[in-house]
Amino acid sequence: MKDYFFQDTVGKPMDRVDGRQKVTGAAKYSAEYELPNMAHAVLVGSTIARGSIKSIDTKRAENAPGVLAVLHYQNSIKVPGYVQEAHPTEPKPAGKPLQVFIDNQIHFNDQPIAVVVADTLERAMYAAKLVKVQYNVEKHATDFHQNVSKAVLPTVAKRNPKHGLNDYVRGKEDAYKTEPLKIESEYVIPTEFHNPMELQSIIAHWEADNKLTVYDKTQAVIGTQNAFAKDWGIPVQNVKVIATYVGGAFGNGLHTWPHETAAIIAAKKVNRPVKLMLTREQMFTMVGYRPHAWQKVGMSATKDGKITAITHEAIGQTSSYEEFTESTLQQTRMMYTSPNVTTRYRILPLNVSTPIWMRGPGEATGAFALECALDEMAYVIGMDPLEFRLINHTDKDPEKNLPWSTKYLKEAMQMGAEKIGWRKRQLQPGMVKNGEWLVGYGMGVGTFGANRGRAKVKATLHKDGTLVMQSATTDIGPGTGTAMVQIAAQNLGLPPEKIVFELGSSLYPPSPSQGGSATVATVGSAVHAVCQVLKKRLTSMVAGNSDTSFKGATVENLTFKDGYVSLTASPSARLSFGDILKQQNLPELEVTEESSPDASLRQKYSMYSYSVHFAEVQVHPLTGQIRVTNMVSCADAGTIINAKTAGNQMIGGAVGGIGMALTEGAIMDHRFGRYVTKDLAEYHVPVHADAPNISSLFVNKPDLINNPNGTKGIGEIAIIGVAPAIANAIFNATGKRIRELPITPDKLMMV
Amino acid sequence: MIPFQYVKPSKPKAAIDTVAKDQTAMFIAGGTNLVDLMKRDVLNPEKLVDINKLPLRKIERENGTVRIGALALNGAVAEDKLVLEKHPLLSQALNAGASAQLRNMATVGGNMMQRVRCPYYYDTAMPCNKREPGTGCSAIEGYNRMHAIFGHSDKCIAVNPSDMNVALVALDAVVLVSGPKGDRKIPFGEFHRLPGDTPHIHTNLQQGELIMAVDVPENPYTKNVHYLKVRDRNSYAFALVSVAAALDLDGSNIKSARLAMGGVAHKPWRLQEAEQFLAGKPANEATFRQAAEVAMRGAKAFEHNQFKLKLGPNTIVQALKNAAGAV
Ligand SMILES: Cc1cc2nc3c(=O)[nH]c(=O)nc-3n(C[C@H](O)[C@H](O)[C@H](O)COP(=O)(O)OP(=O)(O)OC[C@H]3O[C@@H](n4cnc5c(N)ncnc54)[C@H](O)[C@@H]3O)c2cc1C
Ligand code: SF4
Repeated sequence: MKDYFFQDTVGKPMDRVDGRQKVTGAAKYSAEYELPNMAHAVLVGSTIARGSIKSIDTKRAENAPGVLAVLHYQNSIKVPGYVQEAHPTEPKPAGKPLQVFIDNQIHFNDQPIAVVVADTLERAMYAAKLVKVQYNVEKHATDFHQNVSKAVLPTVAKRNPKHGLNDYVRGKEDAYKTEPLKIESEYVIPTEFHNPMELQSIIAHWEADNKLTVYDKTQAVIGTQNAFAKDWGIPVQNVKVIATYVGGAFGNGLHTWPHETAAIIAAKKVNRPVKLMLTREQMFTMVGYRPHAWQKVGMSATKDGKITAITHEAIGQTSSYEEFTESTLQQTRMMYTSPNVTTRYRILPLNVSTPIWMRGPGEATGAFALECALDEMAYVIGMDPLEFRLINHTDKDPEKNLPWSTKYLKEAMQMGAEKIGWRKRQLQPGMVKNGEWLVGYGMGVGTFGANRGRAKVKATLHKDGTLVMQSATTDIGPGTGTAMVQIAAQNLGLPPEKIVFELGSSLYPPSPSQGGSATVATVGSAVHAVCQVLKKRLTSMVAGNSDTSFKGATVENLTFKDGYVSLTASPSARLSFGDILKQQNLPELEVTEESSPDASLRQKYSMYSYSVHFAEVQVHPLTGQIRVTNMVSCADAGTIINAKTAGNQMIGGAVGGIGMALTEGAIMDHRFGRYVTKDLAEYHVPVHADAPNISSLFVNKPDLINNPNGTKGIGEIAIIGVAPAIANAIFNATGKRIRELPITPDKLMMV
Repeated sequence: MIPFQYVKPSKPKAAIDTVAKDQTAMFIAGGTNLVDLMKRDVLNPEKLVDINKLPLRKIERENGTVRIGALALNGAVAEDKLVLEKHPLLSQALNAGASAQLRNMATVGGNMMQRVRCPYYYDTAMPCNKREPGTGCSAIEGYNRMHAIFGHSDKCIAVNPSDMNVALVALDAVVLVSGPKGDRKIPFGEFHRLPGDTPHIHTNLQQGELIMAVDVPENPYTKNVHYLKVRDRNSYAFALVSVAAALDLDGSNIKSARLAMGGVAHKPWRLQEAEQFLAGKPANEATFRQAAEVAMRGAKAFEHNQFKLKLGPNTIVQALKNAAGAV
């Protein structure tokens, strides 16, 4: 244990730097701040899916005890530069985000149409119930399957023929159709909700007429800051966004939502700080979701296992006012050797709220269809699906025709197959049993771009030898601060307990949103850069010392270890970082560095993270009960900075994948356009009893082309490919192929 | 949620009088159902009478029955030595319900009285006869996957969601009630109702009547019992279908049996004809399958719950197999 605190910090399963705060309740989440004179806001949602407000009667609400204001489109303050944006903001989706209280139009059910502000939460809740609304109802379209013929190419693709969402043909279009050995299957995933433990919440505080502070649940403090500054036409530096702790988000903090603006409007109107926290039911309608999607895969292969063609089509749901798109078909274009690949992507606008990226966005949906189709194809040719994948493994990117920066997927597959005991699997379904239960094994592969953005980190080395770093990234749960401390400890030769990494405030140097599995590559590179500069500065200080023992020192001939600098050749002479500063009469040494990916390298190499998931399931032949009894998730995610938090990401993703496969799915009553599953009793996220022992394994080989720490992202690949692994295992157990998620006992019963 | 008064009496009589006199008053025990319903504006009591100070928590042996106080916690009953020894079926059913956290708040009385989980009942923006008589039943032509296959009416097709109730009806429990007009005993099978034309009347308990205890008579079903619950996830989900099965075996012959189903009707569904069929027959899969067919007579499903017609009998067979094999 002791060696965490010395050299070689990277990779060690160090405890989270904020673990203690989190488990003791000391960590403060946005809704937990108490400001003097704070008021409480509650949103009123529409009860129709499409139409307009005919009348809104707020008298009783306004007269209710403690009520300070009831705001709606007729009396709301107009937001001068209303521009709500998604972050990351480029490329901008077509359409316009929902602007709250702007007019009487209703675009989806439970759209926020009024906000009630009162001196206590209970009084605001009560008054919200007294607001009476009448509507001009228009016919709504919410049923995906009934409206599927109205799916369209996204506007971004229409406008730009080179855009990646356009139809893609490699080789011959739809070549599978004329092949003798082929499959053609349709797959459906329902709308799924992020449902992080922490409800979306914001405290809005106008400190002056043009000075706004928000304590906000968001994955992007800088993006949020920019959006609100534009909304209100005030200087960016006048907006302060605090998100020190975020209790999970999975993507639904990657957009500024109507409730945030509603709280800011309310705070302006009542001239008091206003707290607004969504209810759990509102989490299903107001902060995005993984869109309902239909997919079709056609595939052909030769008898000896060479894929000859793949066609993959997908249609994803979006709202009527904003086009949400995701890269559902990416994995199909680059994962396998197939000479003929066709992909077609469409979106279907419905009278529902806009989706947002949810863990493994797009790829998790696409991988469900692709990796199930691969399993189906393997059955057609009578081949082990692992062998089938190995035969079709590609050593370069067939889409971009570029070498991979790194790819160790084969190693990951071998590790995983060994660990789960793939040899126990029989090709023929239903052959393995445990008592009455049918046992099956399945696998699925996942990939996600090894993204990296631009980030800035400020580091201050104090004369007591401690280092404080700051950057405006967030931590929605992966353990960002912990990883950054380890990277700095490794690069600077300083014990981790002497390092603090501060995040979650727009006052710090800019970093992008936490999304797309890019934080460690992005911010970690800036930490790496700042440490290199600190080392250089310390080197020139010791080299220029009056005490000549370090004469001629260079970064290369010095050793930085345990907070000391010494000459590698004669380590007896050493100086602590603090003493170096003291000799220079410096109270502290401050360095700010920015780091961006090398664009030219990104044109020479194709960069992806990879995962492969293996599942063992048991299915009861009479009752259709399903148990996942073992799971192994393996990742090629470059250097692993912290074995514990990285493993935690993988396990969390696997549990999310169990949810996709077996339990999660929204159900809407299309007569009303309202969800009938909108609490955690009816919308089933997996619980402990659904999660077996999950082993996470890492290849742990660096990708130094991607970034100097050699990391690639983990968060998304942890879930991408899990659902098909489970679906395939269920087929292997039962011979029943369920192509519509979630796979529940009734579906198994009825095929 | 509306503003409400809150009182916490320490004598049953005071609690009963308060609720009997005031139509807008309700008892609250663990609050795990009532508070949710208040937050969703489905129930709006103007007065809450907290009964947690009343001395109704004991589990004791009383004249050949196990008497369980109305305030005994679901978790405590499930783990109770006497219950485990005399009525292991009840313990299994309780442990199949909700989650450990909920079981440590939920009371036996509250569990009996919990409302249906029909999503339309919980959303005031959609019609529901049970919540607002005369507005119509949204489930009949809507989302009815979780709904009844027995005893439904054209006014309501919701099911009683409790697991505990299924075991209690199988075990011939008796409910001890105290009310403004005195005490009475209600056989468990008559406590809950079918929806008929009055789905807004949830049980046969009258305003102001307080459940004091439940008596579960001692019986031979202490060994070969099984509560099998099929659900969408392995814990913390209501039953798609559940079966409480109890056998009194003489070697491999069935002397007598008890059988009840959950998730299929507006009340816990006792299967007496199937029980009679089982008596005197050999305990094997063929017998169980025939009993299941008897049990399913008269079942009628809707658009999304057709699967219950198949899952129901299969679950009966499996529960009986597990009961017969249990030691
Ligand atoms: C997410 C979730 C999942 C659940 N899953 C399951 C499940 O799988 N299986 C299952 O069986 N249950 C399940 N439940 C329901 C749970 O068992 C009930 O909520 C609980 O038993 C109610 O007990 P309580 O003491 O909290 O009742 P309260 O909420 O306090 O009261 C419920 C009703 O009972 C009345 N009442 C309470 N005590 C008395 C009394 N002594 N006399 C007369 N009236 C009384 C109240 O007036 C009220 O109408 C679940 C609940 C939740 C929230
Ligand atoms: S089934 Fe009963 S509870 Fe559900 S909508 Fe119909 S009347 Fe209401």
